[in-house]
Amino acid sequence: MSAALAVSGLVKRYGAVEALGGVDLEVGDSELVGLLGPNGAGKSTLVKIACGLVRATTGHAEVCGARAGSREARAALGYLAELFRFPGWMTADELLELHQRLAGSRGGERERGELLELVGLQEARRRPVEAMSKGMQQRLGIAHALVGSPRLLLLDEPTSALDPVGRRTVRTLLEELQRRGVSVLLNSHLLSEIELVCDRVVILLGGRVVSAGTPAELARPRGVEIETDAGKRMYPEAGREDIPRLIAELVRDGKNVYGARLLTSTLEDVYVEAVGGEGS
Amino acid sequence: MTAIWTIAGYGLREALRRKVFVVVCFLTIAFLGLYWLGARYAFHHVAGVVPPEGVDARTFAGAFLFGMAMFGTLFLGVVLAIFLTLGTVRGDAERALLQPLVVRPIGRSALLVARFLGAAAVCVPYVLILYFAAMLLTGLEGSWWPDRIVTPGLELAGGVLIVASLSLLGSVFLSSIANGIAIFMLFGSGLVAGLLGNIGHVLNSPGLTHAAKIAAWAIPFEALYQDALRSITEKTSGLTGFLLRLGPFGGAEQGGAALRLWAVAYIVLVGAVAVAGFARRDL
Repeated sequence: MSAALAVSGLVKRYGAVEALGGVDLEVGDSELVGLLGPNGAGKSTLVKIACGLVRATTGHAEVCGARAGSREARAALGYLAELFRFPGWMTADELLELHQRLAGSRGGERERGELLELVGLQEARRRPVEAMSKGMQQRLGIAHALVGSPRLLLLDEPTSALDPVGRRTVRTLLEELQRRGVSVLLNSHLLSEIELVCDRVVILLGGRVVSAGTPAELARPRGVEIETDAGKRMYPEAGREDIPRLIAELVRDGKNVYGARLLTSTLEDVYVEAVGGEGS
Repeated sequence: MTAIWTIAGYGLREALRRKVFVVVCFLTIAFLGLYWLGARYAFHHVAGVVPPEGVDARTFAGAFLFGMAMFGTLFLGVVLAIFLTLGTVRGDAERALLQPLVVRPIGRSALLVARFLGAAAVCVPYVLILYFAAMLLTGLEGSWWPDRIVTPGLELAGGVLIVASLSLLGSVFLSSIANGIAIFMLFGSGLVAGLLGNIGHVLNSPGLTHAAKIAAWAIPFEALYQDALRSITEKTSGLTGFLLRLGPFGGAEQGGAALRLWAVAYIVLVGAVAVAGFARRDL
């Protein structure tokens, strides 16, 4: 079976500005890939090319084996833009019904009910969009992206307007989607969120992939920390295999050892290292 | 096809919920009320007027008033068409309303066709209702009826559809405000072309008349309007006919079948350019 999203040598130029400079990326079946990078790194452009809103200058992008932007590709994906708006006069139910028709979904009322329940909006079914909070609209956006049971979900900052509880709901939802076999490309600034839910992480900088791998692969050892009665001691050059020897030496020297911890870099450390001083 | 009807229906529902129809109905009733009042007083006054030799006062008053109502109908139809379509692409994209629709497997051309059909479904009945209502008021008050009943109304509706298609095309490239201004200015230019034709006729200037004709065909809603004005008095001859051909708001010029074919082809051409432009546009 073809990858949910396969991108190779993707270049996008807006006049003299190069938004993407030859990106290679793959999102496999049921895989949850996090896309990281500072503002202007090309994350949204990449997602927009994948869903056919923007045309690539050169390179290839395929969604479930179909050319990105083609009818087949669009039928296989769900998309939530970073900035989106729904008509304020529509109710949540009407909006989902409209997108069911456009997506060719035969799910009917049952699908709409399930989706609203999934994002915790079952009580707001008849409420117009304009009477919803930003967080509710964001959750409705996620529900609308799931209409028609897409194989690939492209989420561009899906939790930007959510409170911590809303974010946790989305995390749970992403895990549930993964169990159902949906592939997800998650573009987010929230490193902790990416670290918690993503199988793989791709870091973009200046339109190029500067780092990619599983969170475990990206994490680098940063030494060992041992807590004794004299306080915490750092052994920056030590690794996991050095811990028994270090403890034995400390005990021999008459120290009481309370704990030892292998230190690895967090995703935040990896990210900061990868993007250097490129802040947003 | 299902997607086209879904989007067209979405546009109509939006107009309904946004109270567009309520506002339009209210203002249209006000327009017709004023027109009826004007027609009543005009015909009452005309009954006591001794016209110059060769002029049929009742025909002149009826055709003049109805020509004015036709201009009003065209203007209101154009306003409706422009406001229903001016933000279809770039305006909705800037407000982030378009992207969720475009990523669905419906095709960008289907979206444009649907929005055009949605606008047509509102504007064409509106123009026809207004046209026939004005005709009825004129006939009842002055016992004057146009020489052609249906064709002029259809031509006015066609003119409004041309403006709707131009507005859709403009929405692909221009922001809502710029597009609205551009299309209203284009509409004004068409009217000026008609007035130029009037002046050309009066001065017997072939150059001016020719220029007006070219301009009217380049933006054929004006040519359709002129043909519609011509149709309502096509059997009226003599001095009355001559004066009426000058028209109250632009000259009356015969367009005929060639014009109607050109108008259809024009809409198709404008639509094709809009579809091609939209297909290449990054959102």
